[in-house]
Amino acid sequence: MIYLDIFISFFQIGLFSIGGGYAALPLIENQVLEVHKWLTIEEFADLLTISQMTPGPIALNASTFVGTKVAGLSGAVIATIGCVTPSCIIVLILSYFYFKYKNLSSVQGILKGLRPAVVSLIASAGISVLMLTIFKTEVTSLANIKLSDINFISIIMVAISVFILRKYKINPIKVMVGTGIIGILTYGLF
Amino acid sequence: MGKNIKFYWTLFSSAFSLSAFTIGGGYVIVPLMRKKFVEELKWIDDEEMLNLVAISQSAPGPIAVNASIMVGYRLAGVLGAFITTVGTVLPPLIIITAISKFYASFKENRVANALLLGMRAGVAAVIIDVIIKMSKDIIKSKNIISVTIMIVALIAAVIFEINAALIIILSGAFGAFYYNYLKKEGEHK
Repeated sequence: MIYLDIFISFFQIGLFSIGGGYAALPLIENQVLEVHKWLTIEEFADLLTISQMTPGPIALNASTFVGTKVAGLSGAVIATIGCVTPSCIIVLILSYFYFKYKNLSSVQGILKGLRPAVVSLIASAGISVLMLTIFKTEVTSLANIKLSDINFISIIMVAISVFILRKYKINPIKVMVGTGIIGILTYGLF
Repeated sequence: MGKNIKFYWTLFSSAFSLSAFTIGGGYVIVPLMRKKFVEELKWIDDEEMLNLVAISQSAPGPIAVNASIMVGYRLAGVLGAFITTVGTVLPPLIIITAISKFYASFKENRVANALLLGMRAGVAAVIIDVIIKMSKDIIKSKNIISVTIMIVALIAAVIFEINAALIIILSGAFGAFYYNYLKKEGEHK
């Protein structure tokens, strides 16, 4: 049954993508291109492009994209449910233990070690987004950057946005919508 | 924090709007969540937010989904986790369903591309803002161990591209070892 196949495939993708982001990519490729042949190589490349341009984790984007193609809207819903089911089970179990034992001093020690590392992981994600923002083409090494590759409009937008966020504490979503509109005005019209 | 319809609606609409703006990788949801649940609603404190993110990162599955489940569970148990999960999966489900119908025209659309290029600058700014705030807190704590872990983890993630889950596990193990054994005797905490 096609729905069961979809569910099992995306359950596996959800279960084995540890470490977030693009860790899921090889798993999706294996399930969707090799095991089931649900997409062609071109469609898979399109999926990646769409995922980069739209919100949401790539595994969820893939769920909807593949599910829709194979079995319409119900396929998309089933793939999405399959993808988040392992998370729901495992994270709920972890949550249960975390809230039960978080005040134990041994657990406090672990958490005290974890927190600074998490700040750095967020920073490293921030650096990747920043690189994508300030260079027009994908930069593979810092040695061969040309001045013409640098996107000065974006750098100015980032700098002003950071200033506004630090100074006025406004809702970040408003800032993102604002830079989006400025993006249309500067990149879209000329 | 009364758990009435209004509370659950706020929880759902927060999860939905955070997910709708998580562009450019799962971690982007963390600064947005922090701003919403820590600064705006004041339902969770800063330290706990980082704990929740660390745990979401070590579990399998998309980090944005895992973090939503943890925040939902923390605020309203299993029902809360269910509500935030639904809120988080709906935006990609709706947007990709719409886009896969008009994909060819979307890919070539200059306005859509310009919008996304512009929004990316906003995303970068939001992350930078949160990193400044969080790293300041750690530096201000004057805890040499925390500052060292932060620097080492940054180098490991950015320069050596070590898997995030591994960094989490190692720093947790180090924390357990250092704070529970090496620092046991001597001053308290």
